[in-house]
Amino acid sequence: MEPILLIVIIAVAVLVIGGGAFVALRGRGRDLELERRDGDVALDTRPEAGGTVLEAPPIDTAVVEAPPIDTAVVEAPPIDTAVVEAPPIDTAVVEAPPVEEPIVRPSFFERLGKARSAFTGYLGGLVGLSKISEDDWEELEEALIQADVGVATSMSLIEDVRAEASEAGAEDGAAIMGLLKAKMHQELEGKDRSLTLDDGETNVWLFVGVNGVGKTTTIGKVGKRLAMEGHQPLMAAGDTFRAAAAEQLTMWAERAGVEIVRGSEGGDPSAVIFDGVAAAAARGCDVVLADTAGRLHNKANLMEELAKVRRVAAKEPGHVSEVLLVLDATTGQNGMSQAKVFTEAVDVTGVVLTKLDGSAKGGIVFAIESELGLPVKLVGLGEKVGDLVDFEPTEFVDALFE
Amino acid sequence: MFESLTDKFEGIFSRLGKKGRLTEADVDEALREIRVALLEADVNLTVVKGLRSRIKERAVGEGIHKALNPAQQVIKIVNEELTNSLGGETIKITYASRPPTVVLMAGLQGSGKTTSSAKLARWFKSQGRNPLMVGADLQRPAAVEQLQTLGRSIDVPVYSEPTNPVDVARHAVEEARSSGRDIVIVDTAGRLAIDEALMEEVRHISEAVEPDYTFLVVDAMTGQDAVNVAEAFDQKLALDGVILTKLDGDARGGAALSVKEVVGRPIAFAATGEKLEDFDLFHPERMASRILGMGDMLTLIEKAEQTYEQEEAEEAAARMLEGQFTLEDFLDQMQQLKKMGPLQNLVGMLPGLPKEMRDVDIDDRELGRIEAIIRSMTMAERTDPRIIDASRRTRIARGSGTNPTQVSGLISQFAEMQKMMKRLGGLGTKKAKGGGRKNKKRGKGGGRTTAKGGGRVTQKGGKRPQKSNGRVTPKGTKSNKAPLMLPGLDRLEIDDLERLADDFDARS
Repeated sequence: MEPILLIVIIAVAVLVIGGGAFVALRGRGRDLELERRDGDVALDTRPEAGGTVLEAPPIDTAVVEAPPIDTAVVEAPPIDTAVVEAPPIDTAVVEAPPVEEPIVRPSFFERLGKARSAFTGYLGGLVGLSKISEDDWEELEEALIQADVGVATSMSLIEDVRAEASEAGAEDGAAIMGLLKAKMHQELEGKDRSLTLDDGETNVWLFVGVNGVGKTTTIGKVGKRLAMEGHQPLMAAGDTFRAAAAEQLTMWAERAGVEIVRGSEGGDPSAVIFDGVAAAAARGCDVVLADTAGRLHNKANLMEELAKVRRVAAKEPGHVSEVLLVLDATTGQNGMSQAKVFTEAVDVTGVVLTKLDGSAKGGIVFAIESELGLPVKLVGLGEKVGDLVDFEPTEFVDALFE
Repeated sequence: MFESLTDKFEGIFSRLGKKGRLTEADVDEALREIRVALLEADVNLTVVKGLRSRIKERAVGEGIHKALNPAQQVIKIVNEELTNSLGGETIKITYASRPPTVVLMAGLQGSGKTTSSAKLARWFKSQGRNPLMVGADLQRPAAVEQLQTLGRSIDVPVYSEPTNPVDVARHAVEEARSSGRDIVIVDTAGRLAIDEALMEEVRHISEAVEPDYTFLVVDAMTGQDAVNVAEAFDQKLALDGVILTKLDGDARGGAALSVKEVVGRPIAFAATGEKLEDFDLFHPERMASRILGMGDMLTLIEKAEQTYEQEEAEEAAARMLEGQFTLEDFLDQMQQLKKMGPLQNLVGMLPGLPKEMRDVDIDDRELGRIEAIIRSMTMAERTDPRIIDASRRTRIARGSGTNPTQVSGLISQFAEMQKMMKRLGGLGTKKAKGGGRKNKKRGKGGGRTTAKGGGRVTQKGGKRPQKSNGRVTPKGTKSNKAPLMLPGLDRLEIDDLERLADDFDARS
């Protein structure tokens, strides 16, 4: 009780004083700002306010613009009525016609190959070496860091492998690379990566994640895949925040030929998902794919909202069997913090790693797997439906070094 | 929780004793920590190496500043070096002499191009311009609808047609010309830097519209790959700047630095929230301390701002400074505090909090106990805790499920805070009347007995000499020792707040 009490008192004091002083000063700042806007040329002059020198932030001075001095410019009057809105576009036309593509599982290598050319030479030389020097060890560690595995994880991996190597008397590059890969593979082993669908239940798969990781697209692909496997999925457009998110999911639903339940923009996501569950139960669908709005994990209120979505989704007849955290492969060390916070809030059961077909390697999922024990279940290797594949640890580890 | 660099440095340099000069070995040890900190912040490895050598060059042999300890000094160098790298050249938007000014937005999928397009349009509008947005992302389902919805909310028209991205962009510029729109913002589809066909396509769009500005939209959470992406886009499109998105997350945003180093172009804008207004010109200074993982007071204040009502905050601060702050107010503030997210996160942002305190594992439920104690008091007791005698204390303890010692613990801590605040307030208001706000900063440093408080002032003075006159001595030294320190405040000068306020204001 003691330390926390002290901390609370300190926090309150700092915030109140800080906040108060800040608010009080802001008023003044604003006047200054106005002055600054008026006399745009005199930006650098530091107005004397009550004998105090106020400093203009350096960035501002460079950017606030003088109006165009070009006298030749005649500004057209604003024609607000003649809105140049395009005719309603039938987006379906633009998109690839929904051709039934046979789902062929692309291999990591095939997809990643094109991005890897820059790196192939990087460690390739190492394998041929007969003795690994101090610099080479560092290079190995750096290779891991560059794949976003993270400093701490990379260092501990290399340390372990070094110990193993000296014990086994392995010195040459090929043997050491083998040890490292085996070590990494071992960390990823023994996890259940299957997606749970319980018989006779209205399963709910909840897709969560920060903004822009590809939740909606993933749901579209998963829906299509499930439908092709003979399941009856139903999509619930729980992203009521982002403009046109429901439209986007609707197009995916049409493509995949699955049902969709959507609410109004700005509505309560829990309600939409609850309706989805009810509709699925009534129509005999076996799994609800619930979309949620992207949210940054440090927004406490939004995480609270998500926890509520999960609670509501679990109400009869709903049965939450998967909570999938969608993670962008380009994400760096922040991925760990995302995984932690989302797991705390909604008890994540697995990770979907998207956009791995770019040049990013998604090494952070290695740290997430080994530290948090969260299994990566699906991987996105391209834009096509069939490009969302099951995660293969061996391929992933190999790809980190290629 | 990040272990602050400052702590690590202080560990390293505490062994140095009173050497007059930083040796190469000292600096090397510190640099290792810097490397880790930067890498953990997702700064690209190659960029880290470059920075390291620059920092080393500056740090080795630099005479030890009287007022700064070596740790602070290296931090200062690192911070300046980062700020220079991030800031350097700032962007200057000049409008085309023959309108429209065309802006092309490019980037990976999910980096936030569409939202940023709308935010940028809103920004141009606030500058008195007449933007037109162009939906050239015909790839992602409903991307154009998304742009249209955003367009409606900021009252900016959207042009699109179901043809191909190049034609859409070209026709949009014609349209803008004939309808008198002076800014055209072209939103393109997200693409991977390694996708040759799509990279060619965006180059064709660029050739067709000859943009005045080409911005790469980069997610602040991007990892090591950021440089490859930036390089690829820069080669195809010759970027003019970068728009950094999702800065309201807790990513430390090293990608910003990497991209800046590679492209050599400024980070022009930053998006700091979900609302369309949460977008403004980029501030490098703030980014530097964020990347280093040091307390981010501005973020803290921003967070507070989001939850606090302005008048409420002002009132509470005034009452606190006058010593009128009651347990009832305290309870109120605690409620606000809870709204701002887990306490652990907040504590991490308080600058200068001692390490022992930062490392305390905080369970937010503990707050409930404090709350229960206060709620078990009568109004009269909350207003004046001095009336609480043994019998009242027992009652309160029973009511809140605690014991009398905890109750008196809370009351005495609170009383200390009140005293402290009153003294602070007394100084502050007196001075304020005398000579304007610059004097206010003297008000603290009261409880701190080490030399650091003084050092900080000089450090700042050094950076901004015009403000340093006569303000170097912390007044608090002679004041009676207060048992309750406010570590958060002792390094945070009112001066900092002034700067933050100015800074913040410049952005709104």
